[in-house]
Amino acid sequence: MSVATPALTVDKMHKSFGQLEVLRGVSLTANDGDVISILGSSGSGKSTFLRCINLLETPDQGVVTVGGETIKMRRRRDGRAEPADRRQVDRMRSELGMVFQGFNLWSHLTVLENLIEAPVHVQKRPRAECIEEARALLAKVGMSERENYYPAHLSGGQQQRAAIARALAMRPKVMLFDEPTSALDPELVGEVLRVMRSLAEEGRTMLVVTHEMSFARDVSTRVMFLHQGLVEAEGPPQELFSASTSDRFRQFISKERG
Amino acid sequence: MDFDFISKTFVRLLAALPLTLSVWFLSVVLGALIAAGVTWMRVSGVKPFEWFARAYVMVFRGTPLLIQLFVVYYGLASLPAVRASFAWGFLRSAFNCAVLALALCTAAYQAEIFRGALLAVPHGQVEAARACGMSRLLMFRRIIFPIAVRHGLPAYSTEMISMVKSTALVSLITLWDVMSVALKIRNDTLVTYLPLILAGAIYFVVNYIIGAGFLVLERRLSPHLRPRPS
Repeated sequence: MSVATPALTVDKMHKSFGQLEVLRGVSLTANDGDVISILGSSGSGKSTFLRCINLLETPDQGVVTVGGETIKMRRRRDGRAEPADRRQVDRMRSELGMVFQGFNLWSHLTVLENLIEAPVHVQKRPRAECIEEARALLAKVGMSERENYYPAHLSGGQQQRAAIARALAMRPKVMLFDEPTSALDPELVGEVLRVMRSLAEEGRTMLVVTHEMSFARDVSTRVMFLHQGLVEAEGPPQELFSASTSDRFRQFISKERG
Repeated sequence: MDFDFISKTFVRLLAALPLTLSVWFLSVVLGALIAAGVTWMRVSGVKPFEWFARAYVMVFRGTPLLIQLFVVYYGLASLPAVRASFAWGFLRSAFNCAVLALALCTAAYQAEIFRGALLAVPHGQVEAARACGMSRLLMFRRIIFPIAVRHGLPAYSTEMISMVKSTALVSLITLWDVMSVALKIRNDTLVTYLPLILAGAIYFVVNYIIGAGFLVLERRLSPHLRPRPS
């Protein structure tokens, strides 16, 4: 059997906040080039799921594997899980590019400095090479003229495009998008979606938590619909959007189109 | 107006300025080191450390500096155990006592400034640093510290200026700082206001320079707060 190693797998992830069970066993496999949209109403656990993948939240149970390497976890004495090896987690995180709802660019650095920060200081790549690559990425997201701007001087859409370039600058295996357009004015959503669409067309592996139905339907290769911490429906968007067997999913998309 | 008296007084006061400035400088630097330790304890998440840090700030912020100064200078010296210990070599000097008392006090205020500055670092930016795979130390050095410094500077400059004025208290433990020289001239000559006003002017100029210095620093460190480039 010569099956290519999946870029990312998650096996039976569980996460509770106190009494509240947010994830109740969610699994996922992303192969190279997959663009997976993760949908669900608020409180369905979709953002938590994404944040558990790169351990911004610590999952209670579940196994995450990036490019064949499993993130080692262990139990603390009080029974909660924690990463066994911080260095490994740091290395994994640099292979998972994360884009946040609130952009989270570093306010004291210019756009270009934001892009080269992690490549130079985490990945220890030569500065000149990082700058060259960062400029190419800024050109790709249409931000070349803004490389010396500080985040405070940019619009939301520009900040998010810069943040996408920052994530790409680490040459990640997988890109994670956590509601990347939810904090944007409606007229700025399009420019960010265009960048994401072009990344999908390049064959980037992407996990996208989103409310943008058109992106989920037209761009993603697979759609995963979460409901109360479980996968309620999953499949290629053409099938799911036209003939889902899940009443909840049909209800959800009719509301989102609303 | 007796210009001769003014100029002579002024020169004598200026001669005491180096002592005032060294008490100030040494105590704020030592205080910053203590404050860094207290802040670290305060945010460490280790309960006993946290309690100690809270208690430290409460005690030193909640009692008059003058009392702290007297406790260090007269109080500790009256304890036979202290006089017998190696610490006596340090504490027998009024200058050292002044620096220590002022440092302990400013440390409480500086620790609160540091804590506030850390709290003001936007959580999302810290999260972005973690998501990039930064280790804790790298994240502190490259992201948290530079952002926190910018938040803390205005309050910090106020504390620095306040400390210059606090040094005037060391005149009460036998040190010849600007204030005590002013008081001495006042006693000797029975000229009531002039020495005080001249001393006040010297403190004012020193504080003006410190304040301006911090403003320059703030502007240099915060290009992201300047108007958008055109």
